[in-house]
Amino acid sequence: MSARIQDRPGQDAIAQKGWRAAHKWLLLRRTSQIGILALFMISALLAVPHSENSAQSDGNTSVQSSGSSATPLLDVSPLQLMQEGGGVSTSENNPAASPKNKPKPTTGFWIIKGNLSSSLFLDAIPLTDPYLLLQMLAAGFKPAATAILGALIVAIFYLLIGGRVFCSWVCPVNMITDAASWARRRFGIKANHPLPANTRYWFMGGTFVAAALTGTLALEWVNPVSLAHRGLLFGMGAGLWFLVGVFLYDLFVAQRGWCGHLCPMGAFYSLLGKTALIRVAAPLRDDCNDCMDCFAVCPEPQVIRPALKKVGQDSPVIFDSRCTTCGRCIDVCGKKVFRLTHRFNPRSSS
Amino acid sequence: MSKEQNAERVAPPPEKPKVFPGRRKFLSGMAGAAGSGCLMALGAGLYSRQARALPALALRPPGALPEAEFLAACTRCGICVQDCPPRILKLASPGDPVPTGTPYFTARTDPCIMCEDVPCIKNCPTGALSPKLTDITEARMGLAVLVDQENCIAYLGLRCELCYNACPLIGKAITLEKRHNPRSDRHAMLLPIVHSEHCTGCGLCEKVCLLEEAAIRVLPPALAQGKGGKHYRKGWEEKEKHGGSLIGDQLELPVRGLENKAYGDTRVNDDAPSQQTPADLLPPPEITPDANSENKP
Repeated sequence: MSARIQDRPGQDAIAQKGWRAAHKWLLLRRTSQIGILALFMISALLAVPHSENSAQSDGNTSVQSSGSSATPLLDVSPLQLMQEGGGVSTSENNPAASPKNKPKPTTGFWIIKGNLSSSLFLDAIPLTDPYLLLQMLAAGFKPAATAILGALIVAIFYLLIGGRVFCSWVCPVNMITDAASWARRRFGIKANHPLPANTRYWFMGGTFVAAALTGTLALEWVNPVSLAHRGLLFGMGAGLWFLVGVFLYDLFVAQRGWCGHLCPMGAFYSLLGKTALIRVAAPLRDDCNDCMDCFAVCPEPQVIRPALKKVGQDSPVIFDSRCTTCGRCIDVCGKKVFRLTHRFNPRSSS
Repeated sequence: MSKEQNAERVAPPPEKPKVFPGRRKFLSGMAGAAGSGCLMALGAGLYSRQARALPALALRPPGALPEAEFLAACTRCGICVQDCPPRILKLASPGDPVPTGTPYFTARTDPCIMCEDVPCIKNCPTGALSPKLTDITEARMGLAVLVDQENCIAYLGLRCELCYNACPLIGKAITLEKRHNPRSDRHAMLLPIVHSEHCTGCGLCEKVCLLEEAAIRVLPPALAQGKGGKHYRKGWEEKEKHGGSLIGDQLELPVRGLENKAYGDTRVNDDAPSQQTPADLLPPPEITPDANSENKP
């Protein structure tokens, strides 16, 4: 309970369970976040060796590292094209006479194309961010069936496993804000001027209004989540400063300020996860020794109390959809009070 | 929160039974949330409005919807960028003059090579790059414009024709027009002329222009072309559509001494009227470059 312990929550758990067990979910989560990011990056690299000319591999890595650098990617000059093919790809041309005019990158195998906003898995399964799709509809555009199907797949997935699983297991910004939270605890930064926690829902509603009024996907100009993921894959540019801004805001201005109070994507996914099946519960809550470590690490501490302290509910399950199912409370609890279970599991020691 | 409510239930203040401190807190909190949330959204909206203009030298991939619609339709996913064989497309990052996250290319550095199967469109999830475009020659990414006749080599009377030769639709989108060279007075100039009905805006002409700054540039269609008033009608088209003059044939009064002339031709010389028709004064129509014709003295 002392301030010193709150600086480094989980010491008790490490002593009781060992370091690895006290970081199990954290490590799994980081593996998932980095793995998903790596999957996008690696599939872009893997797709290259199948293409026939070497310039494409150069092109690919340059897209990887920095999309903003202007690299001349044509390995044949247009004049050469003209000499070889007599003009590029007019339908009258014999295609065999101009092989360079029809490079086929699609022969390369793509695990996943695109980014978190919209992607194509194994060249077959479309995935689209349902929140982005709704903004698109608000902006007055009727998207093609592929995007709608993709959004349905994603929506159903998070509907079942928990909306904010996106936040803690997929979203790249989570690593930034987790780092800020860690630094806050470690260096004892106490300054905290949070906006009301409901701000995110109003912000989310506001993005639909903004989309409708401007006729564009207005949020996409500033959304740190898509800026981060797109930036890492296609070139960050000045998007880096948005992310630095989020980190500094969380570190110096408001505790868990972005993910816990502002992020409209988190707001959307928390609404999506209202009926999610997979939930964290506190079945052994009678063993709780009030060390408060779970509250110290939890990105949404208010969700723990009803389940752990039987405030307003009898079930040990954390029903609050703002819970990101990150499992960090399971990690840091020395008494093994928490576990990951499903929504309909009412078992508890009490 | 609920403890407070319990306290309320046990001992409600008798004089104001309907006021709950919990509600006041809730309402003020809600107002704060609403205010700041709406402010954030307003900020995003205003910023996007201000930052959505497409600069003159950024071109959209083939099949892109008109810009206003495109900004509502494009998810900024970059699948088109990854599907582009020569990798000319880029996604704009914040700080670029192009709307954040949207795909574009720059003709001068990386023009579109006009793949026959248009692979960039194939996997677009929303239709921001319209699947209706199946023939790449129908694409209208921009329109080439010879913006600088003062520096264009051809207008200086020198042989260049790089843009003409680089054009994938050679002889259609850019043709050469032969003109008399007034400087030397005995040579011809072969001037590149762009035809908007064929130009796809691929940018190869701009890429190959040998000047330090290209004299021919591909501009987004909206910038490259003027537009007549909606109410404008061309008299000769209307006449043809109607099958005759809409106001009845005009009365042609004979002019003494000029009986054989076309109506309105008031030139007095009637010795050789047929050789002086205005058509002869116009330059000859387009030619294809033919080495023999250039060698004429």
